[in-house]
Amino acid sequence: MDGAGIIKGMIETARNFAGSYHDEARLTTVQYPEEKLAPVENARTIPFLVYDGAEALPGLRCTACMICEKECPPQCIYIVKDTVKKPDFVGKMQMQPKVFDIDISVCMSCGICVEVCPFDAIKMDQVFELSTGDRFGGLLLNKTQLAKPNDYFNKLHKTEAAEIDLRRVEEKQKAEAAAAAKAAAPAKPPMAPPPAP
Amino acid sequence: MATASPTELAASAPPSQIMEVAMGPQHPSTHGVFRMDVSLDGETVVKLKPVFGYLHRNHEKIAEKCSYLGSIPYTDRLDYICSLTNNWAYAMTVEKLAGLVPPERAEYIRVILSELTRLINHSALAGFLLQDMGALGTPLMYAFREREKILDLFESLTGARMMCNYMRFGGCRCDLPPGWIEQVRRLVSDFPKFLDEFEALLTGNEILQARTEGVGVLPAPLAVNAGVTGPMLRASGVNYDIRKVDQYGVYGRFQFRVPLGERGDVFDRYMIRILEMRESLKILEQALRDIPGGPIMDPKAKLRNLRPKAGEAYGRIEGPKGELGFYLISDGGPNPYRYRVRPPSLINLTVLEDMCLGQTIADVVVILGSIDIVLGEVDR
Amino acid sequence: MNGLDQIFVGTGHWIAGLFPVYVQPLISAALEIAIMMAVFGGCFALTSVVERKLLGRMQNRYGPNRVGPFGLLQPLADGIKMLTKEDIVPFSADKTVHFLAPLALSVPIWLAFAVLPFGRNMSAIDLDAGILFFFAIGSASELAVFMAGWSSQNKYSLVGAMRAIAQMISYEVPLVLSTVPVLMLAGSLSLNEIVAAQGTYTLGGLARWNVFTPWGLAGLLLFLIAATAESNRSPFDLPEGESEIIAGFLTEYSGFKYALFFLSEYLGLFAITGLAVTLFLGGWHAPFRWLEWVPSWLWFAGKFCALIFLFVWIRATLPRLRLDQLLNFSWRFLVPLSLINILVAVAWYWSGSWKSPVALPVRWVLCAALVALPYHWLAQSLRGTLPPPRKYTYAE
Repeated sequence: MDGAGIIKGMIETARNFAGSYHDEARLTTVQYPEEKLAPVENARTIPFLVYDGAEALPGLRCTACMICEKECPPQCIYIVKDTVKKPDFVGKMQMQPKVFDIDISVCMSCGICVEVCPFDAIKMDQVFELSTGDRFGGLLLNKTQLAKPNDYFNKLHKTEAAEIDLRRVEEKQKAEAAAAAKAAAPAKPPMAPPPAP
Repeated sequence: MATASPTELAASAPPSQIMEVAMGPQHPSTHGVFRMDVSLDGETVVKLKPVFGYLHRNHEKIAEKCSYLGSIPYTDRLDYICSLTNNWAYAMTVEKLAGLVPPERAEYIRVILSELTRLINHSALAGFLLQDMGALGTPLMYAFREREKILDLFESLTGARMMCNYMRFGGCRCDLPPGWIEQVRRLVSDFPKFLDEFEALLTGNEILQARTEGVGVLPAPLAVNAGVTGPMLRASGVNYDIRKVDQYGVYGRFQFRVPLGERGDVFDRYMIRILEMRESLKILEQALRDIPGGPIMDPKAKLRNLRPKAGEAYGRIEGPKGELGFYLISDGGPNPYRYRVRPPSLINLTVLEDMCLGQTIADVVVILGSIDIVLGEVDR
Repeated sequence: MNGLDQIFVGTGHWIAGLFPVYVQPLISAALEIAIMMAVFGGCFALTSVVERKLLGRMQNRYGPNRVGPFGLLQPLADGIKMLTKEDIVPFSADKTVHFLAPLALSVPIWLAFAVLPFGRNMSAIDLDAGILFFFAIGSASELAVFMAGWSSQNKYSLVGAMRAIAQMISYEVPLVLSTVPVLMLAGSLSLNEIVAAQGTYTLGGLARWNVFTPWGLAGLLLFLIAATAESNRSPFDLPEGESEIIAGFLTEYSGFKYALFFLSEYLGLFAITGLAVTLFLGGWHAPFRWLEWVPSWLWFAGKFCALIFLFVWIRATLPRLRLDQLLNFSWRFLVPLSLINILVAVAWYWSGSWKSPVALPVRWVLCAALVALPYHWLAQSLRGTLPPPRKYTYAE
């Protein structure tokens, strides 16, 4: 029938109209900021630095290896190594960053810094309400602003954090066992001098 | 009237009668910053010059400075609606250069994500085409409602809705979270209902038919000569789908058909995309059924400091808009020597003038909408 | 419930009675004008937000819902915004005509409300040629569109204005022709008489509204289509909603003058809807005899709101027609069909004298066929020589 297509279209619209009053699938708006969507585990917005323990700067996992600065595609990470070293979670002395700045207005949330970090020191955060009125430095986050505790990391990325914590505990146990074995081993006799040529 | 050349048409109207309109870079219907200098004789188009470059971001030059890994997030932003297919084309090219082979599971994941990307692209296109025709956003809202579900799936897998940055050289970045496959299965079983509703709203609609039938006809010889690819080519009746021709990835294992149009007008292009969505659903069902377990990265692949041997490679995929190709020349260093993108939107745009000659100005917007361009790809 | 039905009339008389006799007509007229402007101004404000909310619901989203409860104070915010915008007049524009165009558009439309009967004894002026007055006034407002386009000295505005005029003139013809059967069968041009002619009941209480006859139904549909085009609403909103060449004749207007154009567009819609209710839907009569206790102005308002909902529903669903398709549709489909509708009305009238139990269904079938067949043929001719239906082949 001529005009049937238009009638069918209008029935479709009417169905959506009526459905929007009782069917959730027909009214999909989430009224931000009163309602918010549940956070997704894998979501990524800007990076943050993980620290273990209670204090941010001594507990930072970052060892200023400069790999993330090198691999960052838009080059938004700026690191300056410190001269003072600090022990890491197994007790080995590592370098630390004196300056660790990320310009989050440049950051493109790609997560490559997270992928290449060998120390699980930098991870992706999920905050997006980052607006600030300060045009000149408000979006340049420094070490202190970027440091967040491991508990926060566990809250955001449960599975990944659980795996990393497990691995770190195992490595720490292995390192302690190795240190204990080394301390308990008898002292080796001095080596015989090589035969004279 | 599509066979008359611009000079013939312009010569047939007295010069004082020709009105030049610049459908400027800021325009609600030009899909991005894109300008068309149209010369009109009354209502008929006698000449059309597309002007683009407003979104040029030096993508190819940046790739020469970034490492191969660092270019992947930039490829997301080429055709920003279909980021995962861009990633795949680039990853495939580098894998050809470096001699890497992704494992089976990675290939299946790539196919699933690529077909989901095709679904979101074609839904967005159908919505935008109707929006340009003045349907006030209703089909757009319905299409985006479905698109949101797929974008949520992408977020739970890759971390971001649009700039996914997921494919790596030799496989994928991370494995599927638990329950993801079930969510995709549910979406695939619900999607045909949405397509039926969409078709009930639109396909029989007399006004849509009146606006799109016979408008912007692209004859098949012209399409082939101009290098047009993708749904536009198939709507003109030419059977060329790279998924069937190259059978890259594991596409050779799936049973699906390639819909072909008859007349090559706007209605055909719209209908072909709807039919392609249905075929994509079939591919998705098969892939979800057959996906194996296993690793997702080639064990030989290195994440950082990838230095492929000197040589060149061209990798292409059937993107939702057409043939997306990457041409890389490596000189053995950490960055490519030359990095070239073959943007399907730009190549398809070259026939815009031929399709618009002799049509009215109101049709130009509809024809442009049916070509499906994204300025990020046209300008790079 | 005669008291509730005549509450406005009674109050008006009481207020006028407070004044000396020689100013009572003046007071009464001033009161009517004030009430009508208040009611329809408020109606415009409410419709603008309700339309957005309805459109939103049809598109799976909320409409405006932040300003006030359910977003109902949104027109207040919009009004403040429009009033505080800078009024830009182009340097080369014809200042007088540019200033007068919005006024020339809205004044005739306010005048058109004077003849509509909103309830029993509730039309402001009871003209013997009410409908003629209405159509004359409606056509006068079209001049303002051209004034707007011409005075802007902008070639795109001019082109937009010319297209708008072409559309409005083309759709005047089916608009008027579709009302001719009503006038013929009511025997009068006065709107009050037309409403009265629909006031009798038949068939166990069903009112004799014009829409319950085949020619009335066809006439209502034709009238509504032409009304949509006259008010420049989707799917005929080429002059204003055009995403192709800028905003047409409205390009050079900003601030309050722009608001006045939109006010006039909506008021025009209200006036034509009121006319449709009066001519085809029985005016302020109830549909069934046992519902007569509901006040008449409430019936009018209900039918009015139903038609406005229909207009919004159509706007949400249909894409826009191109100009040549629009004009073709009017001249080659609506005009012949409305002429044929007149013949169908004549056939219905003549066959009204049949005295037979099966008279009513037979008359319905006959007259419906007399309308449906030309409808089908005209629709086919409009689509032209269609190529055979498309087949989509699949390659493996």
